[in-house]
Amino acid sequence: MSDFRPVQVRVPVLSVRHMDSYHAITVVAPSIAERFRSGQFVAVAVGGEHSSMLLRRVFSIHDVKPDFGGTVEFVFSERGNGTEWLAERRARDLLDVVGPLGRPFPLPRDPVNCALVGEEQGAAALFPLANTLRRRGCRVDFALGGATADRVLGTAQARRLGETVSVATGDGSAGTRGGVLDLVSRLIETSRTEVVYASAPVPVLRSVAAVAEKYDIPAQVRVEEAMACGTGVCMGCVVPVVGEDGITRMARACVDGPVFRAERLRFGDVGTIPFDALGAPGWKSAVEDTAVREAG
Amino acid sequence: MRPDLTVRLGSWEAPNPVLTAAGCAGTGRELAPFCDLSRIGAVTTKSVMIEPRAGNPMPRMAETPSGMVSALGLQGPGIDVLVQRDLPWLVSQGARAIVSLAGSGPQEYSELAHRLDGLSICAVEVNLSCVNPASQGRRFAHEPAEAAAVVRAVRDATAGDVPVFAKLAVDGVDLRELAEACVTAGADGLSLINTVRGLAVNIDTRRLAVAGGSEQGGLSGPAIRPIALAAVHDVHATVPDVPIIGMGGVRSGTDVMEFMLAGASAVAVGTAIVHDPGAGERILREFTEGLERRGIERAADLVGAAHGGNE
Repeated sequence: MSDFRPVQVRVPVLSVRHMDSYHAITVVAPSIAERFRSGQFVAVAVGGEHSSMLLRRVFSIHDVKPDFGGTVEFVFSERGNGTEWLAERRARDLLDVVGPLGRPFPLPRDPVNCALVGEEQGAAALFPLANTLRRRGCRVDFALGGATADRVLGTAQARRLGETVSVATGDGSAGTRGGVLDLVSRLIETSRTEVVYASAPVPVLRSVAAVAEKYDIPAQVRVEEAMACGTGVCMGCVVPVVGEDGITRMARACVDGPVFRAERLRFGDVGTIPFDALGAPGWKSAVEDTAVREAG
Repeated sequence: MRPDLTVRLGSWEAPNPVLTAAGCAGTGRELAPFCDLSRIGAVTTKSVMIEPRAGNPMPRMAETPSGMVSALGLQGPGIDVLVQRDLPWLVSQGARAIVSLAGSGPQEYSELAHRLDGLSICAVEVNLSCVNPASQGRRFAHEPAEAAAVVRAVRDATAGDVPVFAKLAVDGVDLRELAEACVTAGADGLSLINTVRGLAVNIDTRRLAVAGGSEQGGLSGPAIRPIALAAVHDVHATVPDVPIIGMGGVRSGTDVMEFMLAGASAVAVGTAIVHDPGAGERILREFTEGLERRGIERAADLVGAAHGGNE
């Protein structure tokens, strides 16, 4: 059986390039490449060995290739000192990378029609997925969004992989004006979508999940919560998720996700501790109230 | 010649002085791919309470210079899950476990300790930074008498051959007085230090960067190492025969030496694990190499050596 356990490696940068308004770094990391499954991510240390920046930066894996023994590419935008440092890396610089991390996208058993919905850099995770789905005979349709044309990630690549690609931008500079959500209903109808995969900020995922539910098709959503370690030890990235037993738990986006079944994630309560979550203040009484109501 | 790494922590002899700090090693499972848990001295489990606990809302963590401010709110599944699932797993991995306890009063701490009876653990650590509901939101560690009552309850409920360590924080206390109160109450050793009260603000959202706020936010990482060293130094001078587990910003083998020279018998690695999941084994390797390079034959010889005439 393959070993899916993540590894921590110090690996050389192969290339740094611009991708629309994002940066993409490719590292030579065969041990991560061979373990990778679509939807997983890497956690990268920034600032060098004696850095004062202690939290890891996590990035979607955008591409995995067998060249050079196994390369992994991740995409990011500059948001602060850590990502600025990363953007300054050059070929042959070494990076401390942990990966692949997180639960991957579950794959359909049979060839089905899949809608892949991504906004801004969240879309990065969809491209390896599209490759895998295509190999399994699935139809793939893309809906990509962003604030402006250069924030829509990977349109050209999506055209190569997808049957159709629809684009929405907030300012109308590419595709239709509006959000990616505006595209989803039409996409589902015209492409006879059977499964939705989405990778985007929570409010978008929430709307996508609602649309999928309306059409009664399953949706797998990938969250982008801020993470400090990526490995599950710090518990900084929790989201409320309903378990098979009906009980809500504060699940770690990094190891229990980042991919969740849409109906399991309590979108409206992300960022809070729902009163009925396991271990929330008063959760016991909530359970007892239910029992009393049911008994009565 | 390979140096002798064993150190004595009360009645327990640890194979080496590099442990993990409570709350920074998950259940151990998360670390196992990156660090051979059987090699490091011990894994300290996340502070456990009787009941499951959901913890604080997000955001729970913010990066600060050489550290982080965090406010997790003791999220955890409760003692039953620890006893039935996590401890047996750690034992199956050949890891040595120290269990950190968190409660709302002596009774609850005592019950937690009872639940550990007969289990294969190396030590119990009493997290005294929990809020004491009987004391207007102050923590047990703020009141030496309250802290002592908790320590006594745990000592009474724990088998005699399992050492009890009291974990102290430095905020707003006379550390020497607190340490003496805990030792008098039966603590076999002291763990120093817990996070230091701290705050970070997000200028974009105009909100505190951790939802728990300044009451619950704690600073950890190398930023607090000098504070931790001073605490270890002072407490070792006060109670020189009491073993200390030093923690606070340990990031390298050199840091381990520093803590031991200041008076710690062992150290625990915390925030460094968030940064580097392989930190435990790496730091142990660096420490061992450091001893070899300096021709130090016994790690235990370092303990308190910086106190000169005190030893």
